[in-house]
Amino acid sequence: MIKRTSNLDKNKTINRRLFILGSAKVGLLGLITSRLYNLQISEKTKYETLSDKNRFREWKTPPKRGVITDFYNNIIADNKRVYQVYLSLDETKDFNSSIFKLKNIIGLTNDELSKIYEKKQKIKPWDSILVSENLSWEKFSKLNLYLHEIEGAKPVLSTSRYYPYSNDLVHIIGYVGEASANDINKNKKIEENFVPGLKVGKIGIENSTDQILIGNYGIKRFEVNSSGKKIREISYKKETQGENLRTTIDIEVQRLAQKLLENKAGSICAMDIYSGEIIALASSPTYDPNKFTYGIDKKDWNEIKNNKLRPLVNKSISGLYSPGSTIKPLVALAALEYGIINPKLKVKCKGHDHPYELYGQKYHCWKKDGHGIMSLRNAIKQSCDIYFYEVARLLGVDKLSIIAKRYGLGSKVLENIFPEEKKGLVPSTKWKKQVLEQSWYLGETVITGIGQGYIQTTPLQLCLMTAQLANGGFKIKPNIIYDSKFNYEEVLSKIQSEKNKPIQANILKDQNVNLYEKLYKNSNNIKIVLDAMYGSTNEHFGTSFRSRHNDKKYRYAGKTGTSQVRRITEKDRELDLDTSEIEYKNRDHALFVAFAPYDKPKYAISVLVEHGGSGSKAAAPLAKKLIKKIIDRDKDREIKREELKII
Amino acid sequence: MISSSLNALNYSFFDKLKSVDYFLILIVMIIGAISIFSIYSTENGEFSFYTKNHLIRLVAFFLLFLVLSFVRVSTWYRQAYIFYLLGLLLLFLVIFFGISASGSKRWINLFVFNLQPSELMKIAVILCFARYYHRIQSSDIESYKYLLQPIILLLIPCYLVITQPDLGTAILIAGSGIAIIWLAGLNIKYFIYSGLMLLVSLPFIISILKPYQKSRILTFFNPERDPLGAGYQIIQSKIAIGSGGMYGKGFLKGTQSYLEFLPEKHTDFIFTLFSEEFGFFGSLLLIFLYALLVYRIIKIGFSCRSFFAKLYCFGFSSALFLYVFVNIAMVVGLLPIVGAPLPIMSYGGSSMLSIMIGLSIVMSCKIYSQEIISN
Repeated sequence: MIKRTSNLDKNKTINRRLFILGSAKVGLLGLITSRLYNLQISEKTKYETLSDKNRFREWKTPPKRGVITDFYNNIIADNKRVYQVYLSLDETKDFNSSIFKLKNIIGLTNDELSKIYEKKQKIKPWDSILVSENLSWEKFSKLNLYLHEIEGAKPVLSTSRYYPYSNDLVHIIGYVGEASANDINKNKKIEENFVPGLKVGKIGIENSTDQILIGNYGIKRFEVNSSGKKIREISYKKETQGENLRTTIDIEVQRLAQKLLENKAGSICAMDIYSGEIIALASSPTYDPNKFTYGIDKKDWNEIKNNKLRPLVNKSISGLYSPGSTIKPLVALAALEYGIINPKLKVKCKGHDHPYELYGQKYHCWKKDGHGIMSLRNAIKQSCDIYFYEVARLLGVDKLSIIAKRYGLGSKVLENIFPEEKKGLVPSTKWKKQVLEQSWYLGETVITGIGQGYIQTTPLQLCLMTAQLANGGFKIKPNIIYDSKFNYEEVLSKIQSEKNKPIQANILKDQNVNLYEKLYKNSNNIKIVLDAMYGSTNEHFGTSFRSRHNDKKYRYAGKTGTSQVRRITEKDRELDLDTSEIEYKNRDHALFVAFAPYDKPKYAISVLVEHGGSGSKAAAPLAKKLIKKIIDRDKDREIKREELKII
Repeated sequence: MISSSLNALNYSFFDKLKSVDYFLILIVMIIGAISIFSIYSTENGEFSFYTKNHLIRLVAFFLLFLVLSFVRVSTWYRQAYIFYLLGLLLLFLVIFFGISASGSKRWINLFVFNLQPSELMKIAVILCFARYYHRIQSSDIESYKYLLQPIILLLIPCYLVITQPDLGTAILIAGSGIAIIWLAGLNIKYFIYSGLMLLVSLPFIISILKPYQKSRILTFFNPERDPLGAGYQIIQSKIAIGSGGMYGKGFLKGTQSYLEFLPEKHTDFIFTLFSEEFGFFGSLLLIFLYALLVYRIIKIGFSCRSFFAKLYCFGFSSALFLYVFVNIAMVVGLLPIVGAPLPIMSYGGSSMLSIMIGLSIVMSCKIYSQEIISN
C-alpha cells in the first residue's frame, strides 16, 4: 500500500511538474515566434537589402569620350576600336602559367610583366586584370586561336582615344591618359564617373572640357556567390558617351600653319577679327599625342622632354617674347589718341653714325644708313626705330601701357581652356615700383617704344591686338570652342551701332571695356595706323613688301618685328653679321602680324619664328602663304556657318 | 505482479497494430518529407550526395523505428542501464579510436557510417533516468544518496562530450537529464540552489572554455564584432531568414544558400534555409509540426500506466522540445551558436538514429501502455 500511495504521489508530482514545464515550453515557442516575426516581417526590408548586397556585385564599365571636331566636322579626336585582353583572377587557377602563356602569344616585355604583377597586388581576387590595352589585329586573332589553352583570358573589344592628325593639334587638343589621384581630386565629374582604367584629359581641350567629354559610366550587375564568382548577369545599364565638342579650328589652315613651321621653333595664330574664333593655333616643334594614350615609354618621353626647341611648350600661349616692331602701330595709335603727336610729325633718322641720344645713352635704328626724314606713316611702313624712340619719349610709358592693355596685351586670352597660358607683361612706372621696387628711367620708355625691354607678349596676344585694330577698334572675345549660340550678324550689327554712339569722356583712362564696345577715342587714328600697315606690306620700301599679294582678294596689311634676344653691342654693330652667321641661340626672333583682306578685313594672324632672324625675311613669307589659304577657305567657312545656324 | 506482466504478453499482434499511434507516425513522415526537400534544396535542386544519403538514412531509420516500436517497454526498462553503459563505453572508445574532423573528435567509424556516440547518449540518459526514478520512492528522492547518483550519471557523459569538444550536445544531454530530474519531483529548492551556483561559477566555467567557444559566446552578444569570422554564420543566417519575409523566396530560390553565403546549411542551419525559402508562414508551420509531435508524445505519456513509461515519454518530449528550441533559437540569433542539430531535419545519421530510437521507445510505451513494470 505504501508503494501504491507513493506511486500516486509520484504521478501527481509528475503531472504538476509537466504542467509547469509545458507552460515554459509555450513561453519559449512564443519567444521564437516573436523573434521570427521580428526578423521576417518587421525588419524584412533591412534583411532583404542585406541579402541583395550579398547577392549582387556591380561592375562599372568605362564611358566613351565625346568626339572633338574642327569647325567643319572633321574629327580631330576620335574613339578608335582597340583589342584588349584581360585575365580574370577568379577563373585562373595558376596565374603565373596563364601570364606566361599570354606573354608568349602576344609578346609582353619584362617591363609590362612587372607592371601586371604590381597591378595584381592591388585588385580583389575576383577582379580582372588588364594585360594588354592595345593589341594589333594579328596578335588579337592569334590570341583567339589559343584562347582555350589560357585559363581566364578574356579578349575584349574596347574603344580608346585616337588623334587622326597626330602632331598637328597636340598643343590645342592635348592628350588623354589614365586618371591619376590628382585628376580625381580636382574634378568632381571624374570622381563621380571614375572607373579603373578611365582615361581623362591631361592637357589642352581634353583636360579643360573633361566635364563635357567624359560621359557617364555604365553598370553591369552580376549575381555572385559567397566567393565573389559571377553567376549570371542581372542587368546592364549602358554607359553614355560624352558630348561631342566642336572647335573653331580649321584643320586645313592649322595643318598648313604647322607645316610652315616645320623644322623651326615658333608659333602661328589666326583669328576671326569679329567672332574671335581661333582658326589656327600652331606651335612648333610638336609631338604625337597618341603616344600618351597608353602611357608614353621612357625613350619617347625623354626625346620630347630633352628637345632644345621645347615641343612641350605651347608657344602661342605660353611662349613669352618681346613684341619688337609689331608694337609700333599700337605706340603710334596711343600717341595719336592722347593727342601727343600728329601724323605729320617729322623725325630725322641719321643712321648709326648719329644715333638717338638721351642722357648720354645712345639708341640705334636697325637701319645702318638711316631712314632720313620720317613721317608717322613712313615710320610704321619702314619700321624706323628712331621715330618711335621719340614718339615713346613724348608719350610716356604709362599712357602706352593703358592702350597696350586695352588692345589685349598683358592678360590671358584663353585662360579657362589652357591653364598654362602666360599673362605676359606690359610695364608701367607703377609696376616697376611695386614689383622691382625701382624708379622708371626714361631710357626704358624709349626702348619700350620699339617693343624691347620689359615688355613681354604671347603670339596669341599679338594676334588679338592686330584683330582688334583691324576690326576698327572693337573689343572681341577670342575662343577656340565653338559656341552654338554665337550669332555673327548680331555681332556685326552691334559693332555698327556702337560706332554711332557718343564717345565716353573718360575713354582714355585705365578702364575695362565691355565686349564689342569701342576701344578708341577717334576712329580716324585707327584708320591712320591701318593705312600705314597697308603701306608696310604693299608699297615700296615697306618692310614686308616682298611678301605682298598682288591679287586684291588676298591683299593684306601687316607689320614686321624683329626682337632681340640679347643686347646688341658696338662690336656686333661693327661686324653686322648675317643671320646665318650668328649662333642659333643668339639670333633674333622673327615676328609678323597682319590682317586680311585689306579692303574688308576679316582675319588677323601673328607669326613668330624663334631665332628666325628678321621678321621680314623669316616671318612675313609664312604669313603670305597662310593668308592665301585662310582667304580661300573663307567661303567654305561662311557656308558652314549657315549650315550650323539651321541645326 | 506476475499476472499483470502476463497480461501484456497476451496482446495479439492485431491488438498491437491497433494501439499504434498512427498520428505520431504521420507527423514524423511529414517532417521527414520536408527534410528531404530541404536537403534537396541545399544542393541547388540536384538529387546528389546529401539528398541521397539523407533519404536512405531516413527510410532505414524510419523502418527501424517501426520495428523497434514492437519491443516491449519492459525490455527497454530492463536494458536501460545496459544501454547507458554501452553509450558510455562508446564515448570512451571515441577518445581512443575516434575520427577527428574540423578540430574535434566525435565519431567512431562503423564502416557503414560514422557513429556519433554522444547522440545516442542523449537517449541513453533519458532511458537510464526514467528507470532510476521509476524505482525510488518519492520520499527517498531528496536523500543525498539518491541525489548524488543521478548527478554523477549525468556528469560523466557530459564531461566526455565537452572534452571532444562538443558543447552543444553536452548542453542538450545535461538539459534533458535535468528535465527528467525535475519531472521526477526533486524539490524546487535544489534547482534554485544549483542555478545560483551555476551563476557564481560562471567566470570559472568561461575560463576553462576553448578559445573558439569563448569567441562564439562573445560573438553571440555582438555578431558584428567579427563579421567574417565567428559572427559570419549568425549574420548570414539572420539575413537569410529576414529576407525570406512573410511567404519566403520560394522552393529552391533561397539565394543565401544557393550562392553559398550560408554555412553548414545541411546540418545546423537547415532551418535557416527552410525559413528563407518558405518565409514566416512556412517556419510557423514547421514549428507547429514539432509542437504537435511533442504534444503527441506527452499525450502518450498520460495513457501509460507505468511510471517508467510516463517519465520516459515526458522526459523525451521535453528533450525533443529542447533540441528544437536550442537549434531554432540559435539560428535566429537568440542563443549562441553551439552546434545542435534540428531533429529529423538536419543531415546527420547519428542524430537521426537517436531520434528514431527515442521515438520507437515512445511508441513502445503506447503499444504496451497497460503494462505494469515492477520495481
